Amino acid sequence: MKRRVVVTGVGLITPLGTGNEKSWKGICEGIPGIRRIQKFDPSVLKTQIAGEVLDLDPVDFMDPKEIRRSDPFIQYAVAATQLALNDAGLEITEDISPDVGTFVSSGIGGLDSFQKNVIEMHERGPSRVSPFFIPSMIANMASGYVSIFFHAKGPNCCTTTACAASAHAIGDAAKIIERGDADVMIAGGTEAPILPVAIAGFNSMKALSTRNEEPHRASRPFDKERDGFVMGEGAGILILEELEFAKKRRARVYAEVIGYGMSSDAYHITSPSLDGPVRCMRRTLRDAQLNPEDIDYINAHGTSTPQNDVNETRAVKEVFNSYAYKLPISSTKSMTGHLLGAAGGIEAAFTVLALYNGIIPPTINLDYPDPDCDLDYVPHEARDIKIKTALSNSFGFGGTNASLAFRRFEG
Amino acid sequence: MGIQHEQEIVGKVKKMVASQLGKPEDEISLESAFIEDLGADSLDLVELVMAMEDEFGVEISDEDAQRIITVQDAINYVLERRK
Repeated sequence: MKRRVVVTGVGLITPLGTGNEKSWKGICEGIPGIRRIQKFDPSVLKTQIAGEVLDLDPVDFMDPKEIRRSDPFIQYAVAATQLALNDAGLEITEDISPDVGTFVSSGIGGLDSFQKNVIEMHERGPSRVSPFFIPSMIANMASGYVSIFFHAKGPNCCTTTACAASAHAIGDAAKIIERGDADVMIAGGTEAPILPVAIAGFNSMKALSTRNEEPHRASRPFDKERDGFVMGEGAGILILEELEFAKKRRARVYAEVIGYGMSSDAYHITSPSLDGPVRCMRRTLRDAQLNPEDIDYINAHGTSTPQNDVNETRAVKEVFNSYAYKLPISSTKSMTGHLLGAAGGIEAAFTVLALYNGIIPPTINLDYPDPDCDLDYVPHEARDIKIKTALSNSFGFGGTNASLAFRRFEG
Repeated sequence: MGIQHEQEIVGKVKKMVASQLGKPEDEISLESAFIEDLGADSLDLVELVMAMEDEFGVEISDEDAQRIITVQDAINYVLERRK
């Protein structure tokens, strides 16, 4: 019999706050997490707003030496994992440790360390480059650190697939459990990209919103006045468990992972194609053995860029036909901003919490709907509605797509 | 670099070790060995040597660095170089 995979814990660090309480409640209340950048002076940049994590003190999760040696993207991953394990009530004992794995992805890795050491090398020469530069920069080190910190000795992996990275992490991790290579996986993503060089790079691509005077209103997926995405930072970690393993320890189950699909656009380095996301969603439905009408909610990729939101809308119509108009879709990026490689992780967490709590979070700032985006995006306010099955979409540069399907757990 | 008193150098080295290795200063004695007693790894040692080079304006070769095992070794190295 096929091994089933369930979600028993989530750990969230988002621009709305550290911990599930602040993040999930904030999302349901429609609170925007976008502000003027505070961690450095952004005045030379075209975009001066972002979704920063301002309430996390890494000392609460790591000792000072480890903090000094690690990039913020690693610290977010460790902190979110601790929160997720607490939420799941799971302690990784010596007995289970070989069957607990980590799959914590990042779209970029330690950009802060990268930036600092390049400047150091340029200004003071190669002998001043830190021995911790490489270990704090490489993208798989979040997964490595989490494995070391929590004594998880099963598979230890990372997908560096841009904005689809942590959706791939969760999907791949679920398959690892399904095929019997682990009983528990710590899966999700982390990103700490809010740095001058990254903002300058995305600005040059014309990908970011420049609505500096109205940060709260800048991330506005599916709205006619959207002008690009807003960068966010943080981490979203899920504890995935094989169903019988979870039952044996009487774990609370949020939802079951029932489908995972991936595809490539094979089209353009940054522009999306229509058929890539379509095939991705169809594969996910096939994997979950569902018909399109079985889906009750989609947590959209919904970046607030002119291209994505129209393209994703078209793709949903292609897959769901006339049912697309009855299907609630929302973009929580309207509140968190776009956490790049961590987006799929926090959004998978929001999706399972939506199933568990019977609440669909809203798309805020949808004041003037784009005529080309004419579906039900759950504007402004959350909806109390019992839903059974949901999809979460994540699409990345390089034309890489991932979708996940979750079902409310009823035994 | 101006002439520094031995006590001043001891204080500076201890402070540096404390901050790099995340230990309270009162846990660091002159006899403490970086790896055995203070939990440093090979990467920590490289960084510590770099910090000493910056602080005291000396250049420490890889060969010399390998002979710095304890806090006292580090202090002695700076004192000798200062002469």
